[in-house]
Order: sequence, then C-alpha cells, then structure tokens
Amino acid sequence: MIPLNWYLILGAALFVLGMLGFFLKRNIIALLLSVEIMLNAVNLTFVAFSSRNGQISGQIFVFFVLVVAAAEAAVGLALVIAMFRNRETLNVDRSNLLKW
Amino acid sequence: MMELLFFVFAAIALGSAINVLVQRHVLYSSLSLILLLTAMSGLFVLMQAEFLAVINVIVYAGAIMVLFVFVIMLLNLPQDEDEEDRLRWLKLLGIPMGLFLMFMVIRTVWNVEGSAAAPQLSGTPQAIGASLFTDYLLPFELTSLLILIALMGAVVFAKKDL
Amino acid sequence: MIEYFSSLEFLILSAKMIAILGSVMGALAYTTLVERRIMAFVQMRPGPNRVGPYGLLQPIADGLKFLFKEQTVPGNANVLLYYAAPIVSMIPALLSFAVIPFGPELLIADINVSLLLIFAITSLGVYGIVLGGWSSNSKYPLMGAMRASAQMLSYELSLTLSVVGVLLISNTLSLANLVQGQQGTWFGIIPKWNIFLQPVAFLVYLLSGIAETNRLPFDFAESEQELVAGWHTEYSGMKFAMFFLAEYANMVTVSALATIMFLGGWNGPMFGPSWLQMILPTVWFLLKIAAFLFVYMLVRATIPRIRYDQLMRFGWKVLLPLALANILVTSFFVAVL
Repeated sequence: MIPLNWYLILGAALFVLGMLGFFLKRNIIALLLSVEIMLNAVNLTFVAFSSRNGQISGQIFVFFVLVVAAAEAAVGLALVIAMFRNRETLNVDRSNLLKW
Repeated sequence: MMELLFFVFAAIALGSAINVLVQRHVLYSSLSLILLLTAMSGLFVLMQAEFLAVINVIVYAGAIMVLFVFVIMLLNLPQDEDEEDRLRWLKLLGIPMGLFLMFMVIRTVWNVEGSAAAPQLSGTPQAIGASLFTDYLLPFELTSLLILIALMGAVVFAKKDL
Repeated sequence: MIEYFSSLEFLILSAKMIAILGSVMGALAYTTLVERRIMAFVQMRPGPNRVGPYGLLQPIADGLKFLFKEQTVPGNANVLLYYAAPIVSMIPALLSFAVIPFGPELLIADINVSLLLIFAITSLGVYGIVLGGWSSNSKYPLMGAMRASAQMLSYELSLTLSVVGVLLISNTLSLANLVQGQQGTWFGIIPKWNIFLQPVAFLVYLLSGIAETNRLPFDFAESEQELVAGWHTEYSGMKFAMFFLAEYANMVTVSALATIMFLGGWNGPMFGPSWLQMILPTVWFLLKIAAFLFVYMLVRATIPRIRYDQLMRFGWKVLLPLALANILVTSFFVAVL
C-alpha cells in the first residue's frame, strides 16, 4: 500500500512545474500544455484522496476535469489558429495591441 | 512491487513534465505531455481507478493531444525564435521562486495521512456511473451545455474572416 | 517478487504470451500474402505465385528483402522521431492482443475494462502515422499525416459510439463476459449474436473500422494516386515493414473486436470428442476473424476511393448521427423491456 502523501507530493511537484511553465513560456501552445500539466496534477490528487478515503466523488471530479480540459483545448486551439492567422506569431508578448 | 511501480511512473511523470518545459519546439513538448498522461494512467491503475485510467488515455492522449499535434502541424511552426531578452532575468528569478513554492507545498502535504478505516474503493465503471447519474446528475447535464458552448466558440473563432 | 517470477502462474502466462505473439506475427505475415492473392483473383491476375508452392514462401522472401534493403533517411529529417515513428505505431498495434480472448482459456489478461483498454491503445496508434509523416520533412508525408489525424479523430467517435448499443444490451465492458453473454440460440436455430439485435451498430462499426485502419475506400493517409505513398513515402526497409505490419495488426484487432461484440466470439456449434471441443472455440473465433478480413479485402479490391471532403462529411453527418440514433433507440428498448 502506497502512502497517500507520496501521491500528494508528486501532485504538488507537477502542479508547480505546470505553473512555472505557464509563467515562463511565451509560446501560447506551450501555455496551453502547461495548463494541461496543472490539470493532471489536480486529477492525481483527486484520485489519491478518493481512493484513500473510500469516496467515489473524487473520481467523478476527475471526470468533470476531463470534460473541461477538452472544452478548453478546443476553444484554446481555435484561438491559437485565429491568432496565428492574424498576427503571424504565437508569442503572447507580441499580441500587445491593447497595451499602452 | 507496488512501490517500485509508483517510483517508475512518478519518475516518468516528473521527467516528462520537466521536458515539456525545457523543449524549444512545441511538438516535442506535446509528445512529452502524452508520455506524462500515460504515466498518470499508470498511477491511476495503482489506485484501483481503472476506468479513469483508460478514459484518461482515450480522452486526453487519444483526442485532445491529437488535436494539439494537428494544430502544430497545420501551422507548421518553426522552432521557438529566440525572443528579446526581456524575460531572461524573469526566468532567473522565476525558477528559484517556483522551486521555493514547490518546497512549501510539498512541506505542507508531507505528513498527510489517509484515514485508515476507510473502505476499499474500486473505480469500476458501475460505481462511477451510479454516482454520476444520481448524485451528480445536474453537473453532468451541465457539462453537455459547456461542451456545446465550446463547440460553437471553436467554430466561431476558427472562421476565416474574424 | 522473485517468488512470483519463478511460480507456475508466471510460466503459464509467459507461455501464453509467446504463443499468442508468435502466432499473431506469423499470421500477419501470411495475411499480406492472402490479401495479394485475393486482390489478384478479383482482378483476374495470378498474383504472387512463384516463391514456393502457391507463393507460400513469399512473406519470408519479402521479410528478407526488407531486412537487406538500404536504410535511407531523408535530408533534414528529424532523425529521432523518424526512427521512433514505426515503433510508436507497432507497439500499440501489438499491445491490444494482450486482452483479446482467443478462446475460453486462451487470453493473457482478463480485466474488467478490456474493451475500453483496446480503444485507448488503438487511439494511440495515430501518433505513429502523424510522427512518421511530420518527421520525414517532405510535403506528401505531411499531407498524409494531417489527413490521417483529422480522419482518425473523426471516425473514432462513431467507432466508440457504435459500441455503446452493444454495451447497453450486454451490461459489461469485459470482452470475455461479452462473449459469454452471446451463448445459446433463439428458437433453436438463430444464434444469440448481437448483430441480430444491433444491425445498425454493426454497419457503423464496419465502416468506421475501415476508416480507422486507413483502408480503401478511406485510405487518405496513404492514397497512392494523390500523395505518392502518403505518410510512409520516405520509409524503406524494415521501418516500412513495421508500418505495414502495424496496419495489418490493426485490421486484425478491429476484426477481432467485431467478432467478439457482434458475431458471438468463440461461440459456435460444439461436437466431436473432448480434444476437439478443446480447440473448437478458437477455431470458430479464427474463422470468424478470417471471414471479416475477407470482407476487408473484397472491399479494397472493389470499391474506389471517395473524395476527402466526402469522407469527412460522411463521418460527421451520416455515421455519427446514425450511431447516436442507435443509442437512443437501444436505450429506449432496454428501458422498456
């Protein structure tokens, strides 16, 4: 039996890695990928708590997270395509027309 | 045996997560993320959540990541161009701060323990389906609305003349 | 852990794995020969019949030729992904045989979500095609890869949804239980196969299965008249052979799934002495798979390729609504009866 906190530590490490990527990467697809890492870290934590506390709710939450991730990927990638078509770059720093 | 498997999957997950961040081309990043997802499924199996493990591969690796790879190939991106060094010092600052945050979070969860008396749970499709269609029926129905909205949003954004 | 690796259970499991993998690989090699012969007979030519009696040694000759061919890598190709792509497409194709029950006793792992596991594994197969096309750094492979990713994503939906009707009837996700649920007959003659309850689902499954395995008339990843050879234009030798074998392994997997879900799996008339009854289930199963593969080959030999936009329209506007309507009707009947 693997202790619960091993999973939590792994989840925390993955979450922070995803967050680092989100703040430090400039490519918008890389940002979306970092969000996926964070979502996965949260999923891991949910399932760990669910299996250790004997409650199915955590796994249902993972199910919803998957749905939201799918919706996010669809809309996000459509935005990426629109952005690339209009601005010829995926660097989020170059999309600064509204910045003064 | 279980511990060994946990360490293997955890090492794959952490390694591929780091690889996602350090790769310069987004295609490599997405391939690395697929590896992370499969490792995550392995961890789910270790926790008797077989249904979620399989669904994770089908939905994430089999559909969402194919979409990512498809878009990357469609745009036919070059390597990440080396940007002006506006961010160089931010990176130098950000990485230690991120590591510090990681240290703090890990220290918080270091001593967490699950309740020993909890019943054994098996994430079979039956158990998940029963809970999904009774306790969580309203959220489940709402997700269909969310997907519909996402669908329409994607169509509108991807139109030629935005 | 050491006790486990020296236990009888482990030995039996390894023997099963070696037996299944070996016979599958051999069968795949001969499927290529059978396909070429059948195509030839449909088109009124002899087909490969020079190497050995009736051309039976042709697969071995082909294998030797693949082995000794020069390994070429296109200029500016992405070498790492170029070499990884055949492996990436080969491993998922063979992995799904781990949960396919070839007989009541002849399966490697019986897990309670084996059907979903096969879908998960086969959904990873698209990466082999996509990476192979992208890493070749050449325009035809890239176009083939992009077509393949869009096509396989679209048809995977209707493939998965067509199965839901069967699952509603049989109440299980385990392949072994699916087969056991189809034992017996109605009125003494009609076998209790799901195909008679779910004809629409079977049709949808058949069509999207052809599209999933990139076979004619839906072979847009390859389409040699438009894209030279599609995603494996730049591949030769053993790497090409791996792509080739993976395609046939996927065909066999789709056929095996169809047999298990719609055609009663290893169920069939049982007769004769006890040793015959031991092997009869496997014989029935393999015969059904062979019949399904024969349909595949006949379709390839007779039906021309449709246009790409027609393919997408067909998938999204015909097959998907059909699969959804089938689920609605089936769930209505399941709830009422």
